[in-house]
Parts: sequence; structure tokens; C-alpha cells
Amino acid sequence: MTIVSAIGHGPGNGPASPPPAAQGRRGRSGAYLLLLPGMAYLTLFFVFPVVALLLTSLYAPVPGGDIGQYQPAFEWRNYVVALSSYWPQMLRSFLYALTATVAAFLIGYPMAYVIAVRARGRPFLQGMLLVLVIAPFFTSFILRTIAWKQILADESFVVAALRAVQLLPPDGRLTATGFAVVCGLTYNFLPFMTLPIYASLERLDPRLVEAGGDLYAGAPTTFLRVTLPLSMPGVVSGTLLTFIPASGDYVNSVLLGNNTTTMIGQVIDSRFFKVADYPSAAALSVVLMAAILLLVSAYVRRSGTEELL
Amino acid sequence: MTQRDRRPPTDPIIRALQRAQRSGVVSRRSVLAGGAGIAGMGALLAACGTGGTPGTGGAPTPAQDRSQDEKVVSWANWTLYLDYDDVTQRYPTLEAFSETSGIRATYSEDIEDNDAYFGKIQGQLANGQDIGQDIVTLTDWMAARMIRLGYTQELDKGNLPHAANLLESLQDVSFDPGRSHSLTWQSGFGGLAWNKQAVPGGLRTVSDLWDPSLAGRVEVLSEMRDTVGLIMLDQGVDVAGEWGDDEFFRALEVLDEQISSGQIRQVKGNSYAEDLVSGDALAVIGWSGDITVLNFENGENWEFVLPEAGGTLWSDNLMIPIGSPHKANAEALMDYYYQPEVAAEVAAYVNYICPVEGAREAMEAIDPELVDNQLIFPDDETLSRSHVFRALSPEEETRYNNEFQSVIGN
Repeated sequence: MTIVSAIGHGPGNGPASPPPAAQGRRGRSGAYLLLLPGMAYLTLFFVFPVVALLLTSLYAPVPGGDIGQYQPAFEWRNYVVALSSYWPQMLRSFLYALTATVAAFLIGYPMAYVIAVRARGRPFLQGMLLVLVIAPFFTSFILRTIAWKQILADESFVVAALRAVQLLPPDGRLTATGFAVVCGLTYNFLPFMTLPIYASLERLDPRLVEAGGDLYAGAPTTFLRVTLPLSMPGVVSGTLLTFIPASGDYVNSVLLGNNTTTMIGQVIDSRFFKVADYPSAAALSVVLMAAILLLVSAYVRRSGTEELL
Repeated sequence: MTQRDRRPPTDPIIRALQRAQRSGVVSRRSVLAGGAGIAGMGALLAACGTGGTPGTGGAPTPAQDRSQDEKVVSWANWTLYLDYDDVTQRYPTLEAFSETSGIRATYSEDIEDNDAYFGKIQGQLANGQDIGQDIVTLTDWMAARMIRLGYTQELDKGNLPHAANLLESLQDVSFDPGRSHSLTWQSGFGGLAWNKQAVPGGLRTVSDLWDPSLAGRVEVLSEMRDTVGLIMLDQGVDVAGEWGDDEFFRALEVLDEQISSGQIRQVKGNSYAEDLVSGDALAVIGWSGDITVLNFENGENWEFVLPEAGGTLWSDNLMIPIGSPHKANAEALMDYYYQPEVAAEVAAYVNYICPVEGAREAMEAIDPELVDNQLIFPDDETLSRSHVFRALSPEEETRYNNEFQSVIGN
């Protein structure tokens, strides 16, 4: 439960405002000292790699060199080449991630609502339902995705049933399609959508909903005007927690897709390991990071929850 | 039980986990596989952090040999690629080596993927540093790269009297004439495999894979040299000979066509074996050893052949990295495994093509049934129908790899 709430409480939407300056100087420097490990960690494992990534993305091949030999340079063309070659995969990644995020929202919101609002006052039931949401994390998500592969296999009963009711043509299939990739993404990131929304809804004051009824709003209007806006912080963090990793994900595409569903993560992997083209792998990573940053800040700005960033 | 663990180069994490899943129970295999997956991920992260940019200076110089004082040797190999006793949890042949030679051998199943492993060790090798391994086991084309870059030490034939047992066909390979830097560990075939129930007529040529009745149920390997190589052979090109861009791109065009038309369901690494079991794939371009294991574990349901136009033949090679301070010890270990009796013992476990002359005779005593197994002891006829993909220049390798990756969607 504490983990669950922690996900939902972005700075600014929780009650945890720092105690005012009454504690004085000593308290503050203590806080900075406590920050040191975190800062050191981030410098070592985030700042350095990002700088290395930026530098690598501008490297040029050693003239006459062997495979994988590059030297420092300012080869801006790496970006042009990477983007012009791989924009389809980049676009596909964002489309898949977006579809999966919307699907996860449509599935996750009702789940979160039931757990947070309907099951309120019944802690045991609530706890059980939350465990059910989190339980998949107890096994590796790769194993679970491989399980999906078998559930959706051509010879499986799922495909047989879908063919029988003519939802799939007789030679239709589910695995090795973009549809399966989006389903996999939705499934794998569903808890990341559900839990933050749950955390928001859990604090929903039922009296506000009652007030909506008192003011002659029907259930849909009350939901749209009261419940949904109050749960927006959860919705925003849920969509971010789903969209960002989903756009960089490639496990689902590797396992459930085929060579026409390639996502940008797969391309980066293959540039790096198969072709030993480190600069273009780095350039693609930088572009992916920048694109996500832009998309996310535009989204957060629009949904009016800047304080989350 | 080992073949399919051999060469699935798509993604180390996924492969490791697939293996874990396949074995069903939490056994040594799955634990190792999981660990390897994590290690692979670590390698990726580490490589990303440093930008993966090796030094550009001249070739590194070999390390001083301290074999006389330090009676140890470390060997990095692929998973399940050495005889292993599940009961005692030991490697019988390796223990015997340590006992007779007095050299303590450390064996690690470090290698999950040629490219990924190379990415992990390249930085140290370029600087002539000790990578902690005295023997590494890598596939032909990667061995070629290692030797070309000067990342391996020259073998002292005086320490390798049994190396003369190397099969004649493997003695003079284009990437290492006279075998001065490498020795074959095991070899295998790339060819056609199919589900005997679904494809009762079987397959004879690579073109048979493009039959409309198999639409969407065909898979081919993500290993360029096997998939493109087999198509080239189908088009009458000798992959071992002097071919050029025209031949390569003609084959690649076929691949492109079959992927875009949907005939090929997927291009993947070792995990095609799973799709054969699940029924998603009915016919594949695959590796000989995998099929033996599939049949062993899931009933005699699949068949493997070399296509009429010929199949591909690849080998993994033992090499001593440039920074290894235990060269003489490493040579002693290599020599030990070139004794026919020892080689036969390994072959009976790993089920790959044994590169040691005389091992076939020695196999009589171990498992007479395996003596005529064409996948372990192929006869001249079989060998004449298998071809080693010719060595590529660095420029070619980069360009072909680029084109191949783009055709398969990457």
C-alpha cells in the first residue's frame, strides 16, 4: 500500500509540504547532505552516460578502420542519416505506445475505480484486488510475454475459437502481428496505469460525488465533472508511466511481432550489436529521448498538471 | 540438450529466458540462463556508457606468459557446450584434465552471443588487457574479426601435438590459414527443417519454403550467413567461393520479397525452435542440432536436411585472447580436447559435429548409436554438400550487415 500511494503522490498533489523554515540552518544543510548519495548516483549513472551518449552520437568512422572503430568528431550527419532511415520505426513505436496507453487507460480506470471507490471500507477486499493487480510483477515480464505467445499461437484454442466465430479468417493469426504487440504492451504496462489512478481515486471525497447528484447532475455528468478531474493527477502519471517505457520497449515486438512490427528499441539494439554502428545507435537514442521529452511536456502542459514535472 | 542453446543472436535476455522457460523447472540451466541474461543486459548498459569506442591505435601486444608459475586456465564458452554430469554437477572431461595436468581449469558459460560478447571484451582487447579468460570460443566470422584485429595470440604448435587430429577440411580456413591462431571446438549445419505431419512431402530446396501452402508459417534465421547463404546456394552460388555484391543482393532480394509478401512469418534467432513446437512455424531455415533436440524432447516430429543445393557449415573456434597470461596452459587444455577419446566424450553430450579425427572410432565405446549420426560424424558425401560462408572484408561485413538488417526490418 505504501508503494502504491507513493506512485500516485507526485510532488504537489500530496499533502506532504515541507515544514517551514523554523528548523533553521542546521536542518537544511542536513537535508543537502542526505541528497549527496542521490546526486552522486545520478551523476555517475545518468549524467555521465548521457554525455557519453551525446558525444558518441557525433563520432565518425576511423578512415580505413575496422568494424566498430570510431573516433571523436562532430558528425551531425549521423542524425540526418539515422532519422531518414528509421523514421518509420520511430513513428511506429509512438503509435503503438499511444494505442497501448489509451487501451490501458480504458481498462485500468474502471479497475482502479472499483478498487478505490466501490471496495472502499472493505480493506480485505481492497487488499486482495490490489494484490491481483500487482501479482504479475512477481514473475518476469519476459516470461509472461512468452506465455502470451503460446496462448495466442496459431494452434491455440484462442485462435481456433476466433476462427470459428469468424472474427479471424481461416488462415488468420494473432502472433507476429502489430495487434499482438499492442496487446502485449497494454498488458505489460496495465499495472503502471491502474495503480496511480487508484491512488488518486482512493482520496476521492464521496461527498463531492453526492453533491453532484444533489445539483441534479446525472451519473455521467458527475463522473466527467467531478470524479475524472479529481483523478487527473493519477491519470497523468499513469499515462506517463505507460507511454514512456512503452515507446522504448522492444521485448513485446521481438516476441509477439515480426519483421514488419519493428520498434525503435530493436533498431537501436541491432545498430549497436549487429552492425557495431555505435554513432547511429547513440543518435537514435538521443532522438528518442528528445522526442519523448517533447511529447511528454506538451501533454503535461495541455492537461494542466505542470507541477508533476 | 544443448544445440538450441547455441546460437540465437537476437537478444541475450530473451534467449536466456526462453531457455529458462523451455527447461520447465528451475534447474541449473535456467538459473544460469537467467544469470547470463542479466549479464548480457549489464554488458549492453556498460557498452552504452562508454560509447563502445575502442582504441584506434595499432595492434596490441601479447601478454607475458606466466603459465609456469600460475597453474590455472580460464575458458569462456557457450551454455551447455561441454559434457556435464547432472548428478555430480561437474564437467567430467575438464576435471580429468585438471587432475592429469595439475592445471586448475575454470570454466564459465559466459558467451551468449558473438556480437554481444565481442562488444563486452573489445575495449580491453584493444588495449591488450587481460579479459580474465585464457580461451574464448567464437564462431568463424567473429574469430576472423578477432584474428584480423590482432586480438588473439599465435598458437605454439609444439604445445599442440594432438592438433594434428583436426579434420582435414578444417585445417586451412580462409580466416586463419594453417590454424596459427585458432582451433575448432564444434561445428554445425544450417539447413531446412519441417514438421513431418504438416508437410508430409518434406522439403528439398530452399525454394520449397516459398510454396503458397506454407504462407505465413515459414521462419528463417536472423543469422545473415545462414539465411542469405542458403538462398545464395539455392541460386547456384558457391558461398565459399568468389562471389560479390551481385550475388549477395540477388539473394537478399528474395528474402525481402518473401518477408513483404508475408510468406515468411518471422526472421529470428534460436527461438524458431519454440515456434516449431507451438505450430506457428511449419518449415524453417534452422540449425542441425536444434532439430535433434526437438525430436528428443517432443517426439520424433521434425526432420532436418541439407538442401539439395547444399547447406551452410559453421564452426566455433577456440582462441587465446591477446591479454591472457596463461598461454601455455590454454594450449595444454586445447591439446587435451583434441585427443579422440576425450573429443568423443564431449560429442556424445553436445551432439555437434566433432572436429577431431579418430573421435568416431572412439565413439564406438561410448555410444555406438551415435557413430553413424550424420550430424555428429558427417561422411564425405554430407560434408561435400555443406559450405562455409566466405570471409568478408570489414567493409563488406558492415555493408552487407546493414542491408540485411534493413531487409529484416531493423
